[in-house]
Amino acid sequence: MTDTSNPTDTQWPVFEVFHQQARGEPHVHVGSVHATDPEMALLMAKEQFARRQACVNLWVVPASAITATKYEDDDIFEHGTDKSYRESWGYKTPKTIHVTKKESQQ
Amino acid sequence: MVATAPDKTGGLSQAEYDRRLAEFEARIARGEKVEPADWMPDAYRNQLIRLIHVHANSEICGALPEGKWIPHAPTFKRKLALVAKVQDEVGHAQLLYRAAETLGPSREQMVEDLIAGRSKFSNVFHYPAETWADVATIAWLIDGAAIINQMMMSEGSYGPYARALKRICYEEAFHLKHGYEMCIALATGTKYQRDLLQDAMNRWWPPIMMFHGPSDKESTHTELLVKWGVKLKTNDEQRQQFLKQFVPKMIDLGIKVPDEGCRYDEATDTWLYTEPDWDEFKRVVRGGGPVTHERIETRRMAHEDGRWVREALAAAAAKRPVPMPPAS
Repeated sequence: MTDTSNPTDTQWPVFEVFHQQARGEPHVHVGSVHATDPEMALLMAKEQFARRQACVNLWVVPASAITATKYEDDDIFEHGTDKSYRESWGYKTPKTIHVTKKESQQ
Repeated sequence: MVATAPDKTGGLSQAEYDRRLAEFEARIARGEKVEPADWMPDAYRNQLIRLIHVHANSEICGALPEGKWIPHAPTFKRKLALVAKVQDEVGHAQLLYRAAETLGPSREQMVEDLIAGRSKFSNVFHYPAETWADVATIAWLIDGAAIINQMMMSEGSYGPYARALKRICYEEAFHLKHGYEMCIALATGTKYQRDLLQDAMNRWWPPIMMFHGPSDKESTHTELLVKWGVKLKTNDEQRQQFLKQFVPKMIDLGIKVPDEGCRYDEATDTWLYTEPDWDEFKRVVRGGGPVTHERIETRRMAHEDGRWVREALAAAAAKRPVPMPPAS
């Protein structure tokens, strides 16, 4: 992050911008802006990302506040063992079992 | 110590470099995007920095000829549309400078490079917009040519650039439609209006034909850029797509295509044209265009005029006394 005390430097901090199209919808990352503070970041984000599409809410987050995993470490998301028991498709059930029919034949 | 030549492998052993390059190329071949934190060859990084930087500069400089026409727009509706378009173009520059920043250079540095004449911008913005018909021609044909390029690049391999371009193309659709509507208005107007449009087309046709860059015969290292998903079509392919899309519409509007050699060849399903003057192209993009100096000077003045705002914002953020704006 750059030092804003240098008045000739416009290389201000980066804020990531999240845009919500309607109440109840998730906030979606749409890009980022440079700003001296969160209020200015909101103003820049409104001009840049809310000129046309519906928007009911914007978030700005200092990019420096985001901690991310590394793509080269994406093997951490791989499953060491078969995790199909966590999935609905991991369970096979026939369409009909005919228990009632079998019972009635006995 | 013995100075060594620039290291092609970026300090990696040849084996490690080859392994990473193979992984990188396989990712692109699978159609996956490359993200800022991913390893990439220096040649890929440098090519994208150059490309996105020039693209961002072109958006900024593209706003200048149109911005000058805002006070002279013929109707209030046209003025509103032009203001919106200019705002879009400046916004696009910001999106693109941000995308370029993810590869290394700072926005500050790129803005200064443009003002100092160290970086290029699109050949078409080195020419003046002399009449209102120029504004219509730019909005229709230059934005049309730009969309062909940007739609292609939005499918490119670098994630931040591709995402910025998706948004940009969405907004450019209005510029193109409005430009076409302006040209229709002139083409179906008085003789004076029709002449004005034809005159604009005559002057803009050569620069527009150069817009997609030198002919494939002259353009080097395209093959590697295609493989790396930096470039998905050659310059000539883009130019051909432009001619197919726009020449029939120009003829439909009664515009005479200002090139005697421009005709459709049924046998090959291509448009033939006279090869543009590539020496002019090179001279213009290197800073020798009719209004290159004016464009850069306008940009420099705008940057200087905004200095007190940037200083005031920085002072406020640092809790220092905020300076007063200069007396104008």
